[in-house]
Amino acid sequence: MDILNMMMGQGVVSTLADQLHNLFMLLFDNAVVAGFLMKCVGIGAILGIISVAAIVFTYGERKVCAFMQVRIGPNRVGGRFGLLQPIADMLKLMSKEDIIPQGCDRVVWALGPMLLFVPTALIYAFFPFDNGVALADVNVGIFLMLAISSQAVLPFLISGYASNSKYAFIGGMRTVAQMLSYEAPMVFSLLGVVMLSGSMRMSDIVNAQSEQLWFILMQPIAFVVFVISATAETNRVPFDLVEGEAEIVAGPFAEYSGMRWALFFLAEYANLLSVSILTTVFFLGGWNGPFLPGVVWFGLKVLAMVFVFMWFRWTFPRTRIDQMLAFSWKILLPLALVNVLFTGVGIYARQWM
Amino acid sequence: MEVIDIVPPILKNNVIVVKVDQLFKWAHANSIWPLSSGLACCAIEMMSCAAARFDLSRFGYEVFRPCPRQADLLIVAGTLTWKMTPPLVRLYEEMPEPKYVIAMGSCAIGGGPFADSYSVVPGIHEVLPVDVYIPGCPPRPEALIDGMLKLREKIMHPERVEEDRKARLMEA
Ligand code: SF4
Repeated sequence: MDILNMMMGQGVVSTLADQLHNLFMLLFDNAVVAGFLMKCVGIGAILGIISVAAIVFTYGERKVCAFMQVRIGPNRVGGRFGLLQPIADMLKLMSKEDIIPQGCDRVVWALGPMLLFVPTALIYAFFPFDNGVALADVNVGIFLMLAISSQAVLPFLISGYASNSKYAFIGGMRTVAQMLSYEAPMVFSLLGVVMLSGSMRMSDIVNAQSEQLWFILMQPIAFVVFVISATAETNRVPFDLVEGEAEIVAGPFAEYSGMRWALFFLAEYANLLSVSILTTVFFLGGWNGPFLPGVVWFGLKVLAMVFVFMWFRWTFPRTRIDQMLAFSWKILLPLALVNVLFTGVGIYARQWM
Repeated sequence: MEVIDIVPPILKNNVIVVKVDQLFKWAHANSIWPLSSGLACCAIEMMSCAAARFDLSRFGYEVFRPCPRQADLLIVAGTLTWKMTPPLVRLYEEMPEPKYVIAMGSCAIGGGPFADSYSVVPGIHEVLPVDVYIPGCPPRPEALIDGMLKLREKIMHPERVEEDRKARLMEA
């Protein structure tokens, strides 16, 4: 009963973190060292979440795809449900030959996939996984998150450029066009959320949703715009023009084999998880929910969003590049702007009521 | 002494000891990603093989990669003409080791109905090292799945292939 109360009151994760911190204090008797070790544990936990998510999502993606197409999906490797399939894939990718194409810019080429992983993993620092559980709950959370995640454009471009292959280069250019033009509606859709909650700190946004309604109800247009542009930001179908195989083989990844390519793959799934977390934090009330502890609610909502993104992937056909850009600039951006206008009017009107 | 003898008896139930080589063989055999390339009518059967009725994904082989750099298996599905040979060989050479080739259908095995033609390669073994032959015109999707499982066995137990070959030579 005691433990249950504790869990209700403070949340499982922060209780655990407190215990760990006490342990470190006992061992080293030094607040700075203990704080440093706690940060290290946090970083390790986040990297662990990302890698486990990548493995689980590759399996999940194949099962969801099979479910959508009335198939069975992996069921031979590792027992009844094919649970060892991602392990086999990973081991295989690790042991494949590492081809460095002739004429590529070696250093930049090798740096590309690694650099891509940096902004992808860095934004996890700002996510509030539970009440008071965030590695860095800074007061300009959204701003930093957007600034860092837009750096992910560059690694695509440099790996496309350094591959010395025309498909890869066209793919890299496309990535820039796509990700930059979808950044704009995404930012403007978040503006409505920021106006309602009055803060750019992620935990404040979640708290504002527990006081008011969830923002998916108050900002439905922003939610739709955000989800669509998040799909485009993560380069997933229907906006996976980056690796549109019918036109440009595999885009910027065309020359990467084995583990280097697996890093791109890892970044893609880390991105999928992070946009799902963002949707949960901004629109689905974060860790709020009855009965269960906060992290569990958070996890459930995030997994539901991941399923929605996978659902998109296996439902829509790929768009053309001009359609996609036109959709962003002519439809999504005006919609987001109108949403900002109406949100402002609404907030102003409520002051007089 | 084998490694398994070093493991204390208490742990025997909880520890799996394998050779790295065997582990990688298992991984290679269970995650064969084919290159999505089709040359003629057999390619249609290859496509239906991945669709709902036959579902290649049960074995984990459904990840058709468009780019040879990430593929493990070249399924030559269809008629190979001399004109198409250089691009196909180039695709094969772009694939990273270890890589495998399946010859699917009579055309790929020996030229099929066009065996006498001046423009058709009489069997792709003239230009590529073939691991598994799948006869038929076209082979049914089940046959392709069976061929891929044969390839799986070949990767897991390369020595069996040699024994098979010897046994067949003795018979002949
Ligand atoms: S073997 Fe038959 S079905 Fe296959 S490519 Fe040749 S002619 Fe077409």
